[in-house]
Amino acid sequence: MKTVSSLLDQEWFARYQTISKLNIRSSIYDVTNRCNLRCKGCFFFSSGEDHAAKEEMDPEKWARFIDSEKERGVNLAILIGGEPTLCLDRVEMFNNRMPSYCATNGLIKVPRDRFPDMIVGISLWGDETDEKTLRGKDTFAVSSRNYEGDPYAYYLYTITPKQIGKTEQIIKKIRDIGLKVHMQLLSNDEAVDGFFWKKDELEGICAEMDAMLDAYPDTVISSKYYHKIITTGKMLGRSFGWAECPSVTESLDNRNPQPKRLIHFIRWASDLKTTHRCCTSATRDCSTCKDGAAHMSWVMVNKRAHMRSTEDLQNWIEVYEMFAKLYKFIPW
Amino acid sequence: MQQENQLQEMILSVAKILIDELRIEDVTPETFDPDINLVDEVGIDSMDLATVALVLQDEYRITIDEEDYPKLQSIRLIAEYILELLAMEA
Repeated sequence: MKTVSSLLDQEWFARYQTISKLNIRSSIYDVTNRCNLRCKGCFFFSSGEDHAAKEEMDPEKWARFIDSEKERGVNLAILIGGEPTLCLDRVEMFNNRMPSYCATNGLIKVPRDRFPDMIVGISLWGDETDEKTLRGKDTFAVSSRNYEGDPYAYYLYTITPKQIGKTEQIIKKIRDIGLKVHMQLLSNDEAVDGFFWKKDELEGICAEMDAMLDAYPDTVISSKYYHKIITTGKMLGRSFGWAECPSVTESLDNRNPQPKRLIHFIRWASDLKTTHRCCTSATRDCSTCKDGAAHMSWVMVNKRAHMRSTEDLQNWIEVYEMFAKLYKFIPW
Repeated sequence: MQQENQLQEMILSVAKILIDELRIEDVTPETFDPDINLVDEVGIDSMDLATVALVLQDEYRITIDEEDYPKLQSIRLIAEYILELLAMEA
């Protein structure tokens, strides 16, 4: 029988032991249905999820709900929306009760006197031109002023097909304001012309992401195995899709056979009653989903499948470490 | 002596369930080290444990509290845990 220690040297085994004890149990919460942007390709609005549930406005109900989520075993609240910073009181209720991550477009600054160490992930969709095309404005100009030097914020850089050959200038801009960056790929949910990925483009961007990680290891939080998986949709000879996705809401998961999945994962709508199918929109074709968190979770829940060889298990460790760093379960 | 036999039988039963449910290769219930750490060495995660717990619950008609999962670090510890539950219910 292959054991972990028979596959790893002491240094890797110590890294494995650190993450194997984490037992991260996340769920996702739509903090609000409102947003101060309307981006082309945002799954929340393109799929009509902003009308799926009436936003709960009673703070006491939010407090009770969050307490019940904590009792359910959730130890990482991933706050999305809409734009969570439009409802900082709700964000604060989460953050006061459990480790929380706030996804934002960065236009509103999370006040650090109220949220001293909450992790903030700032979305960025390509360069200035792409941002204006897809989001109507260059958000980096604002978000970089709001978060420059913030040790608990990083950019979630959604790379579009138009970014090939241009990612370095973005990485450098982020490095120059003292922030970290994690990369994922645009899924183009609203079929914006020119923003669909072609196979050769995916191969090209994979190589470019690898090069960025090599060149800027202190800025980029990533792993080459993740790059390979998110650009190919393949892991250990298996294809990503509905039958494999780990980030499906537990109560709506009627797959048979059931794949390895995130335990007790739920994505809640802002009425605190409705649940969404998965971590992204139910209207998305799973075979084209490029969601970064879903792909890294896919790796993470398949640990023993990666015990085929030393290289496979090291790849698994690097992806798990990447996830743990992004949510500050381990230091950057 | 009877207790020791009971424990050995339970160890083999738990090992068989682990091997069958998690499709662990290159090992038999007899060769599965009952003291090997299932998380640190075999690579079992909480989802695997939940899967095994469901089968054990059906097999022995017991209830395994999810909060007890962290205690179940080896086959021997799982076997002792089940025997303890059965003794309490007897």
